[in-house]
Parts: sequence; C-alpha cells; structure tokens
Amino acid sequence: MARENIYQEEEFPSPLLQLWYNFKKNPMIMLAFGAFLALILLAIFAPFITPFSSSQSHLEYILLPPAWNDNGNVSFLLGTDKLGRDMLSMMMHGASFTFGLSFIIVIISVILGVLIGSLSALTSGIKSSFLNHFLDVILSIPSLLLAIVIVAILGIGLNNTVLAIIIVLVPQFIHITKNEVEKEFSKDYVLASKLDGASPLRILQYSIFPNIIERVITQATLAQSAAILDIAALGFLGLGAPSDIPEWGAMLSNGIDLFYIAPWTVYFPGLAILFSVIATNLVGEGLRHALKKRKVS
Amino acid sequence: MLIFTLRRLNLFIFTFFVLTALSFSLSFLFPGDPLINMTGQINATPEQRLLLVEEYQYNSNIFKQYWVYLTHLFDANLGVSISSHLPISSEIMNLLPATIELSVVALIIAMTVGIPLGFLAAINHEKLTDNVILSISMLGYSIPIFWLGLLAILIFSIQLGWLPSAGRLSLVYEIEPVTGIQFFDILMSDSEYKWQAFQDATLHIIMPACVVALAPMTTFIRLARSSMMEVLSSSYITAAKAKGLTLWQIIHRHAIRNALVNVIRYIGLRFANLVTLAMVTEVIFSWPGIGRWLIESIFQRDYTAIQGGLLALSSFIFIVHILIDFIYAALNPLARERKHGA
Repeated sequence: MARENIYQEEEFPSPLLQLWYNFKKNPMIMLAFGAFLALILLAIFAPFITPFSSSQSHLEYILLPPAWNDNGNVSFLLGTDKLGRDMLSMMMHGASFTFGLSFIIVIISVILGVLIGSLSALTSGIKSSFLNHFLDVILSIPSLLLAIVIVAILGIGLNNTVLAIIIVLVPQFIHITKNEVEKEFSKDYVLASKLDGASPLRILQYSIFPNIIERVITQATLAQSAAILDIAALGFLGLGAPSDIPEWGAMLSNGIDLFYIAPWTVYFPGLAILFSVIATNLVGEGLRHALKKRKVS
Repeated sequence: MLIFTLRRLNLFIFTFFVLTALSFSLSFLFPGDPLINMTGQINATPEQRLLLVEEYQYNSNIFKQYWVYLTHLFDANLGVSISSHLPISSEIMNLLPATIELSVVALIIAMTVGIPLGFLAAINHEKLTDNVILSISMLGYSIPIFWLGLLAILIFSIQLGWLPSAGRLSLVYEIEPVTGIQFFDILMSDSEYKWQAFQDATLHIIMPACVVALAPMTTFIRLARSSMMEVLSSSYITAAKAKGLTLWQIIHRHAIRNALVNVIRYIGLRFANLVTLAMVTEVIFSWPGIGRWLIESIFQRDYTAIQGGLLALSSFIFIVHILIDFIYAALNPLARERKHGA
C-alpha cells in the first residue's frame, strides 16, 4: 500500500525543538535541569512553605544537631544554629537570596549586555576600538576586586552587592554578544537580507538574534554559576548580605566560629551552594553539548 | 614581531590610562572629601590641608588634577593609608609579593596537574577515564572556594594535624625580607636554620595554594582536553599514524607541543580569575597578601588603600597577561602574523 505521507519523518522539529530533543537525551543533565527548576520554584515559594520563619529563634533548642543525630529533634530536620534558628527554613529562604537573586542578576545583565553589545557591534573605527580596549581592561580586573570597589563606593549591603555583580557581569555579555554579532554579520545569509534592503537594526532583530540567542543563554548559565559564587563569597567576606539575612554565604560565615562544635551550620550552606552551582553548570554543559550536536546533524 | 610589540605597547598605554583614570575618579566617587580620599591625610590641620590643595592642584581643572595625580604616581606616592598612616606604596611592596607568590605557586600546581589530566582525558576520549576526569573537573569548578578552604583546614590542620592553617612562615624563623618572595628570601638569607625555614614555608603554602589551584586546574583540564582533541583530529596526526608510529610516539613527538601552545594562550585570561580566588583564600588562611588587606580596608573605610590596591593588583594582572601574550607569540609564529584582537 502506498504511504500517504511521502516524507520519512512525521514532523520537522524547529531548531529550538531539535535543541530540546538533543538536550533531553542525557539523563544526568535532565536531572540537573529538574534540580534547576526546583531551585527556581523554591526561590519563588520559599516564604510560603518553610516550617518556621527564618528569623524566629527557638531559645530552648540552640545548636541542635540534624534530626538523624541521636540528639536531634525531628521538628528541626537540619538542626538549628547558634541563635536557635531552624536551619532548614534558613536554607530554603537562602535559595531565594543566593539562587533567586543570582538568577535575576543574570537576566538583567543579559538584557543590558546584549543591548549594548549588539549596538556596539554595528559601530566601527575609533569608537569600536576604544570599546574593545576598554572591555579588555575591565575584563582583566578580577571580578571580586571590582565588586569590592563598587561596594566601597556604595556601602555594604545585599542590594549593593547585586548591583556590583551586575556591573561585573555586563562587560562579559557585551564582549560575547559583540563577538557573535560580528561573526554572524560576515555570513552570507546576512548579506542576503542586506541586499533585500533591510536596515542593520532589522537584520539584528530578525536574522542575527535568533541565531545567537542560544549561545548567549549558554554563557548566561556560566555567568549564573559565577554570580552564585560571587554573592556567596561577598556574603562570606561580610561585604554582602548582613548576618540576619539567611544568604548561604553569610550563613556559612556565621557558622565558622562554631565550626568544630556545630559543623552542620557550615556543611549545609556549603553543600547548598555546591548543589546549585553544579545544577547550573550541568544545565549549561548540556546546552552546549546539544548545540554542538545540532550543528553536526 | 615589531607590529605585534607595538600593538601590545599601545594596549598597555591605553590600559594604563584607563586604570589610572579609574583610580583617580574613585577618590571622587568614594564618600567623603576627594582630597582626603586621594592623600589619606585624614587628620590634616587646615594649614596642612592648604598645602595639600597646593600640592595636588586641587583648585584647578580636572585634567590638571589628573596630571598631578599621575606625576605623584610616578614618584610612587600613592598617599598614606587612612587607617595605619603608613605610605600605601610601602604597604603594597610588602603585601604584593605574598600574593604573587601564592598565585604563581597555585598557577604552577594548576598547570602541572591540570594539563596532563586534560591530555589524558582527550586521549581516552569518551571512555571511562575521560568521564571520570570530566566529572571531577565539574565538581572542582563548582565548589565554593571559601567552603573548600574551611574543609581543608578542618581535615588537614585540625583532624590530621599535617599542615599549618594560617600564615606564611612560623614565627620561630626570622627571615630578613629582601625581595618579599619568601622562598627567595630564605635561600638568600644566611640563617643557620635555612632548610628548616624552607620546609616550614613549603608546608605553609601547600594548603592555600592547592585550594586556589583547584578551580583553575579544572579550566586547564578543559582547555588541554579540547586543544588536544583538536590536534589529534588534524591531518598531520593521521599522517603520523599512517607512517606507523605508535600512539605514544605520536603524542610525545607531535601532539603535546602543538596542544600546549594553545593552552598557554589562555593562561593570561585565566589569571584574573585565579587572583580573585587567591584574594578570598588569603582571608581564610590569614595569608598576609594584598587581597586580605583590601577586604580589611573596606571595613576600615580606608579608601586610599582600595585605590592603591586596585591599581597595583590590576597592573600586576595586566603585566602577566601581556607577558603570556608575548610567550605565546614567541612560541607560535601564526599568532604574530594574524590580525590580533584589538
């Protein structure tokens, strides 16, 4: 019997769908992707689902070990810290500060960086050369040092840390967008739309952005893992979140004095940072791998 | 090579101006009186202040002020520290060598461990070895450095008692600082206990250097792996295979050198990251370097120190960056010909 459908494949997946098919082939990466989504959900809903408030101290249960320890109490699953605050609630709240804020930071810096980067790719000559050199200089200053300088100008606090990390990340996105846009601009399909009479802005919007957006997102996952580590590092150094905010880095530095007596106050925030950074990195790795595969096929 | 050198020189001069302009503008951006932020003379009497206004041309236009700032800079006069009232330049000369020592040792560790592992992973591409090395590198890349440092102290200093947890050298040894790099100072000193001191300094540097080295090591693994894979898929390797060389001969004679050149290129870019890690590590291990000093100076609102530290640290990184560019160009003739970056 003749086939009704003359094509072998039932459907032709769009590039984005192809990317998704390649992406979901690796179970390890899907696991990380699940963890990543779960962290985002946790960051949004943490205030509603925590068993206790993160600032409520239970004075009768100070430095309680985790529940699986003999001295633990099951209503404080991960134990309590030196002020009797429930570790589990603090960790969940911490997800919205460390992970959620880094997510917002990355989104803002992607938008700013892509805007400036793509516009600067359209310029040439002295302006472009100046910007290139300037970016080189900014990128050669260590990110923490830049953040320290910005915190010194604006003062210590979580808001200023966020601003500082955005300022540190934006040049990276400008750099990558500029490179990618310039690379795409020399390709034939851009020439085709140029010959059709499209203005540079139109070419950017319709021809180039769809082609570079995935690479920018890949870079964004890298930037997010850096942002998580930076927020936590600044919190740990006492330059970021104050110690009453349950940011993972600040929690960790609170626990240091009692590290030997109550190691769980240091282990858990560290593990949480490690977990979220690994999840983010694996998602980025998976995206990069899927992009490479799509290019080959 | 001449054009390459000129290009680099151009970049260097530009960077110098941007960095100094940044550092100059910081004194206006920081809270408080710009003149005090620049000089650090916080307790100046009105007469002394008038002298300072005269000296820094504070009442003339901004370009003149910047010029005067530059001339002061060339005289190595960065003002005095607001908190300790010592000249910033001498503080930096004391502290920067410790940071250089830590980061260079860490860089060496990262390279000697990371690059061979990366080559190993590339040779066994998509086999068990490759996967194990990649997973370890993912873990090492993701671990927060301050947490790693704390765990290292807990395990190696407190529980096992193998390594000291803080400082550069035990107080028992008195070594005259000449270069500031501890190992050179020890070797040059005529102390009787030179070798014990050397051992002690080595024990002190092992832990912080390994902690700093972990994350750069993983990037070296990745770089070495991808560059080796690129080399192994090129046609001269196929030609070498066709000649009948064994795998070891191919790797040893043809692949390693070509793959190494590509790795060296990226060292400069990674160096800024490494120094960031070194700054955090200095805080944890009480390493008397410039990173710890900078972080402390934020709490003391020591704005002169932040300015000077920024300038010193970023010029150090930039010099390393350019040096590595030169080494790369010297090793790889292709890099000299091609139009390069800027």
